[in-house]
Amino acid sequence: MQISEAWLRSYVNPSINSEKLIEQLTMAGLEVGSVEPAAAIFSGVVVGEVLSIQQHPDADRLRICQVDVGQEESLQIVCGASNVKVGLKTPAALCGAVLPGDFNIKKSKLRGVESLGMLCSEKELGLAADANGLMELSSDAPVGIDIRDYLSLNDSIIEVDLTPNRADCLCVEGLAREVALLNKMDWSITKVNKTVIGHQDTLKVTVEDTTACPRYLGRLIKDVNAKAITPLWMQERLRRSGLRSLGPLVDVTNYVLLELGQPLHVFDANKLSGDITVRRAKTDESLLLLNNEVVTLDNEALVIADDQKALALAGVMGGNDSAVSDVTQSLFLECAFFNPLAIAGKARRYGLHTDSSHRFERGVDATLQDRAIDRATQLIIDIAGGSAGPITVVSTKENIPKRSSVLLRRQKIEKILGINFTDEYIVDLFQRLGMTIQAEAEGWQVVPPGFRFDIGIEADLIEEIARIYGYNNLPRSSLLMRSELTTATETLLDIDRVKDLLVDRGYQEAITYSFVDEDIQKTVTPNDELIRLKNPISSEMAVMRTTLWCGLLKAALYNTNRQQARVRLFESGLRFVKQHDETHQQKMLAGLVLGTAYSEQWTEKSRKVDFYDAKADIQAMFALAGCEVNFHSATHVSLHPGQTAQIVTPNGQTIGWLGMLHPNLEKKLGFDTQVFLFELDQNLMLNKRISVFKSLSKYPSVRRDLALIVDEAITASEIINCVKKSTGTVLQDVIIFDVYRGKGIEEGKKSMALSLVIQDDTQTLTDSEIDAIVSRLLLLLANEKNAKLRD
Amino acid sequence: MSAILEKILAQALEELATVNDLNQLEQIRVHYLGKKGLFTLQMKELGALDPEQRRSVGQVINLAKDQLQQELESKKRNFETIALAARLATESIDVTLPGRGQTVAGLHPVTTTLRRISKIFSSVGFAVVEGPEIEDDYHNFEALNIPAHHPARAMHDTFYFDAHTVLRTHTSPVQIRTMESNKPPLKVIAPGRVYRCDSDITHTPMFHQVEGFLVDKDVSFADLKGVVYEFLRAFFEKDIQVRFRPSYFPFTEPSAEVDIECVMCNGEGCRVCSQTGWLEVMGCGMIHPEVFKSVNIDSEEYSGFAFGMGVERLAMLRYGINDLRLFFENDLKFLEQFN
Repeated sequence: MQISEAWLRSYVNPSINSEKLIEQLTMAGLEVGSVEPAAAIFSGVVVGEVLSIQQHPDADRLRICQVDVGQEESLQIVCGASNVKVGLKTPAALCGAVLPGDFNIKKSKLRGVESLGMLCSEKELGLAADANGLMELSSDAPVGIDIRDYLSLNDSIIEVDLTPNRADCLCVEGLAREVALLNKMDWSITKVNKTVIGHQDTLKVTVEDTTACPRYLGRLIKDVNAKAITPLWMQERLRRSGLRSLGPLVDVTNYVLLELGQPLHVFDANKLSGDITVRRAKTDESLLLLNNEVVTLDNEALVIADDQKALALAGVMGGNDSAVSDVTQSLFLECAFFNPLAIAGKARRYGLHTDSSHRFERGVDATLQDRAIDRATQLIIDIAGGSAGPITVVSTKENIPKRSSVLLRRQKIEKILGINFTDEYIVDLFQRLGMTIQAEAEGWQVVPPGFRFDIGIEADLIEEIARIYGYNNLPRSSLLMRSELTTATETLLDIDRVKDLLVDRGYQEAITYSFVDEDIQKTVTPNDELIRLKNPISSEMAVMRTTLWCGLLKAALYNTNRQQARVRLFESGLRFVKQHDETHQQKMLAGLVLGTAYSEQWTEKSRKVDFYDAKADIQAMFALAGCEVNFHSATHVSLHPGQTAQIVTPNGQTIGWLGMLHPNLEKKLGFDTQVFLFELDQNLMLNKRISVFKSLSKYPSVRRDLALIVDEAITASEIINCVKKSTGTVLQDVIIFDVYRGKGIEEGKKSMALSLVIQDDTQTLTDSEIDAIVSRLLLLLANEKNAKLRD
Repeated sequence: MSAILEKILAQALEELATVNDLNQLEQIRVHYLGKKGLFTLQMKELGALDPEQRRSVGQVINLAKDQLQQELESKKRNFETIALAARLATESIDVTLPGRGQTVAGLHPVTTTLRRISKIFSSVGFAVVEGPEIEDDYHNFEALNIPAHHPARAMHDTFYFDAHTVLRTHTSPVQIRTMESNKPPLKVIAPGRVYRCDSDITHTPMFHQVEGFLVDKDVSFADLKGVVYEFLRAFFEKDIQVRFRPSYFPFTEPSAEVDIECVMCNGEGCRVCSQTGWLEVMGCGMIHPEVFKSVNIDSEEYSGFAFGMGVERLAMLRYGINDLRLFFENDLKFLEQFN
């Protein structure tokens, strides 16, 4: 809510400057979001009165005016505005005046006629975004006085960002109450006199839903002049609260809303047929609202209706058909209390948010309506004339929110705030907060006032103490708490360690959105069931990712499109997989590499990254965990069928995938190079084996190299499994140090060179023992894998 | 010295003078001092002499041998020095050329920030707990004292899957999940991704939060102030000004916003702090009795505090990043600045 500081100070005027006042509000939980001057900076503008007008001899549109500016002699000012007329009071910028935007007013000649100043519009003074002609001041404006003083422009607009619990401060009176409290001052409440009743006509009001509408007050005001001009002081206060003047009838309701916090509504009485009913809407009942939108209602919505149809969405917005206009003669003024629960969410449901709904859903003081309806009536009659009828009241006492008494315990205050207060301090504080407080053994019984909807439990009262005492004045204690030792688990690898490993191996960490473009998701993994957001922010962020690859591929493209020829990225995060109607949120670690294996360097020939580069990175991660995994040749919808490995635990669980992006996807997504991807399930990959010591062998180890000729289809792991099976515990290591195809090797075959490291724990192996081991192995390889020793 | 001996020595020294490398030097050593060398033969001839003569002649031979030995060694050292100098010269390189191998990359600044936050809290015994990102309405709202249609829901622009399933709008549901399955005392921080249906210069639909909470007997607002204050000083590594001001969250009472002195202008007032000199960095408060009720913890016996902070915001302040959206574009030129 934004409000004029001068208006606030007309209620309570502590002798502190604006800056201090703002700090006070902020530190009391009424955060001041911004403070702006009420008007742009300008000077040298006074109230002028047009005494006479003469047509400019050489310009159709210009008039030569004699203007009284309160000096001995009137000034000649040339003016082009169409609304200039004799007797008009309007702002006159004198020679030497500086208007907003550093516009200097000097003596000048317009088409040969001397002009000693300028008559101004609201726009020229920075008071409005645009204007039609000169600003028309009231006829009683004193000629010659500075316009800034006349319009009280040396004022600030304070914008208070109120939290939802402080609806009581959504009006000047509420803020005044707080300022008075904080400065230990009294404040003067708006005086409302009893309205003189001019006629006895009423409309019958029936409230069907008394839970939603515990209080409804209405009155007919007849013979108003809706063309009357809203007085400048009211227009200015409205303007400073961000509201445009919309004619006196609407202006008054807005003004009272800002002043007292009570939303009101005016209906054009001549547009109503029959009486007023507050009821639930009928299914599919439609209503054309003041914003020219038609809403289709249902039984959830509360409406104000006449005998024929819904007139207004209760507490939210009025309808167009019953709206007042500048030809309105009679009006029906509504002033109600709607239950916050009846209004909450209703506006949002129809995409609306109004000053009225904002207040009703947070809570309006249920004791305010009598004062507010009289206040509005008087302001309407003051401005637009008319005569007021009696007030019709429909009040259902048992549905009006009751303020029940809350127990406040001395010991609890100390326990929660860590500080002790004297009884006098507490009693005084709650009295100044407008609450009734009664002492009892443990502490006090406190009853909050009608305007506070946020005080229901002891903690709420304790917060009030803390707030008024000042959070910054409360003690601060050092962190002295019971601590328990935590276990240092060794069976789980810390994901941070894995991330560090990837970083050290040249992978940059990325964080991509968890929701992705449906098209990309479908392209990458067409078979996955999608989890769609009901209200996505855009189509690019519409479905939950089923693989982290979607985001990484997009991020890689972002970079390759920006001249990055080498991209290495990884990301850790959840993927969202739907299986059998159940959503699984799995923590994954994924990576992407493209471009050269190493950054360009002078010593090495540049080489494109390949499958085995990426595999080395993955193997390094598993080496950290010390867990055995197997890489199986497999197929994956996103990956190249000849370069895909499924990574599997010894007991057959799939940890993840590694492979080259399928060439079709490579092309479709717009890559011009091969892309390698991996994705691993963190829950499975982080299982760590605790090391178990094995005594060191005292005997020498022997290395034997073998070159085998095998069929192309025989994989390295098949050979190695054979080696392990055959040699048993004496095998310390087996290394593949060469794979060769080509000259000297038959087509369809390859040569695979192995090195075996053999060592026994209990003896030195003799040459013949080693030869026997190797012969046994060769026999097995020949039998099972059709492998031959290369000549 | 016998004439023969003198001749041998002279000849040896003469040969030595013309030697060019270690190989030739070795040949000379073998020729004169080796097992079958000329001096060795001389020694063998001593056997024919009588004991008296044998000693004196032996001494003479040994002297000559020693002389030759010394010359040999000096020559050898000389050759070694030359050889070393030559090796050093040929092996000299330009040490300013770059090294070889894989370059090191870096973590995302959000991760770095999260790690720092976790480290600070872990050091005083807070456990790090994570929770699901697709969350049910109960844990995200109801249990946190935010019933349907509560105006506070408007503060959370929520992504929905259906009427009861949302993308969590804060990490506070982890507070509920932890308290549902663990008994106090509890000291937990919950970092993670959160989602709000909002996107402009200062909002991204996804960002990171760290929720922290502590539940024990006799926890007071003073403890909360102490923890938050110490954390902020540890995080910014600076004796920073901190202020607490009343605010509102449905799940805490009393609630506070925490401001720090603007780290960009040291509280002088600048664009970043909208000229106020203060920056809002976290929300916090004493856990609301209703929240305790929903997890069956007796609020008469236990009390606790909770706090929540935006990780991107802290990272922006720490590293001077001026555009939130950069965090999720994953431009290498941005990411590499934090390596």
